[in-house]
Amino acid sequence: MDLNLINEAVDGSRRSLARTLSLIENGEISIEQIRQVLNIEGNPSDSKSWNSLAITGAPGVGKSCLIDKLLSIWANSGLKIALLAIDPSSPRTGGALLGDRVRITSVDDEALKDKIYIRSIATRKSSGNVPLIVADMIEFLHIAKWDRVIVETVGSGQSEVRCAAIADRIVVIEGPARGDGVQAEKAGLLELADAVIVNKSDLSGAEKHAEELQESFELGLGDAPPVLLTSALNETGIAEAAHVLLNLADSGRSVRARWRERLLAHYERKILDAPDLDKILSSLAIGSISIDEAISILGGQ
Amino acid sequence: MGQNLRIVIAKPGLDGHDRGAKVVARTLRDAGHEVIYTGLRRTAMQIVETVRDEDAKFLGLSSLSGAHNHLFPRVCQLLIEEGLTDVIVFGGGIIPEDDRSALHESGIRAIFGPGTPTNEILEFIDTASKMTDVGVGAENKWQWESTA
Repeated sequence: MDLNLINEAVDGSRRSLARTLSLIENGEISIEQIRQVLNIEGNPSDSKSWNSLAITGAPGVGKSCLIDKLLSIWANSGLKIALLAIDPSSPRTGGALLGDRVRITSVDDEALKDKIYIRSIATRKSSGNVPLIVADMIEFLHIAKWDRVIVETVGSGQSEVRCAAIADRIVVIEGPARGDGVQAEKAGLLELADAVIVNKSDLSGAEKHAEELQESFELGLGDAPPVLLTSALNETGIAEAAHVLLNLADSGRSVRARWRERLLAHYERKILDAPDLDKILSSLAIGSISIDEAISILGGQ
Repeated sequence: MGQNLRIVIAKPGLDGHDRGAKVVARTLRDAGHEVIYTGLRRTAMQIVETVRDEDAKFLGLSSLSGAHNHLFPRVCQLLIEEGLTDVIVFGGGIIPEDDRSALHESGIRAIFGPGTPTNEILEFIDTASKMTDVGVGAENKWQWESTA
């Protein structure tokens, strides 16, 4: 392992940071090895409310634009913020077009660029909206003295909760007029949210949707997560959202669900890393083995 | 073709035409690479910082505005100044034949004009990725002989 590279990354070299993150992402070094050579025991505990925050929601609700404004505000307040922006890999070729940077302009600001690090990440083999390896990349960013890490997930549907496996807090971004009141009552991602932001409040239907969400949360057990209205376009509600998110408490509603997602994510990684996976998939495709047989070859029951 | 490479496709300067850049990005994506697209109107420094932060092995520059003689060498120079000497740079767009040798001189390894078969770009990426000293800062004078 290249100890110099890791030390340079910890001492603030962006290039070494980027290279170390690639090594982690490619499985060439593990976070355990890094902890060992740097003599770090476990995750450093501190008084911050959270280290990593996942921002998720359907495609096109304005996640990137909103995140851009939030990064600006947080970096302006002196925090060093990293953004891991996830986009999907092709299930056929493994390739990916990573386009989240197009809408993130805060990093171009001369006064802020030393405080903002953006890295585009492809989901690669993983099936969820966040690959599990991101958890290790987050940890290394903290070791390298980045104060907070934001994870922008792949645009997600109602039931995509894998981000719960890797982030301390989950913020769900919604748009206006997302169906009738029953949509807000449906089970899924919203149940795990530590906060919900209804973006595009400049359009009609946003306020009504926020009210429906609020009502739905109040019917549930425990403290209702905050529901905020923003317009990334008109820059309204952003400063308040930045403040609320930065100090966001754990809703505590999802401890078991988080562990369920972690378990599933680790188990999935084991299957995806199996040396015989390609062969098994080919056999399945030509019908020479059954799903049950494939599972038993892979070590499941 | 080889493993998935991280490749930045960038549009430097005041140039609003990105059909070509998108076609190349799509071709590279379909060949299994991870392509980071910068969007339009980036400065040379913004492009270099993107390559650095994304840990890209290749950088593709697209220009149709006529400013390539200024912008492409500027990007190459900044890459070298930032210590990113092993990044392999290629270019494309409306680049007249007469301008090309000076661009190669500044560290650009391939220049693809309109009509280039997309396969040729993949062949270039594949060939260059197997070579060890064709980064923007390398002494090697190797360049890809493009057909268009």
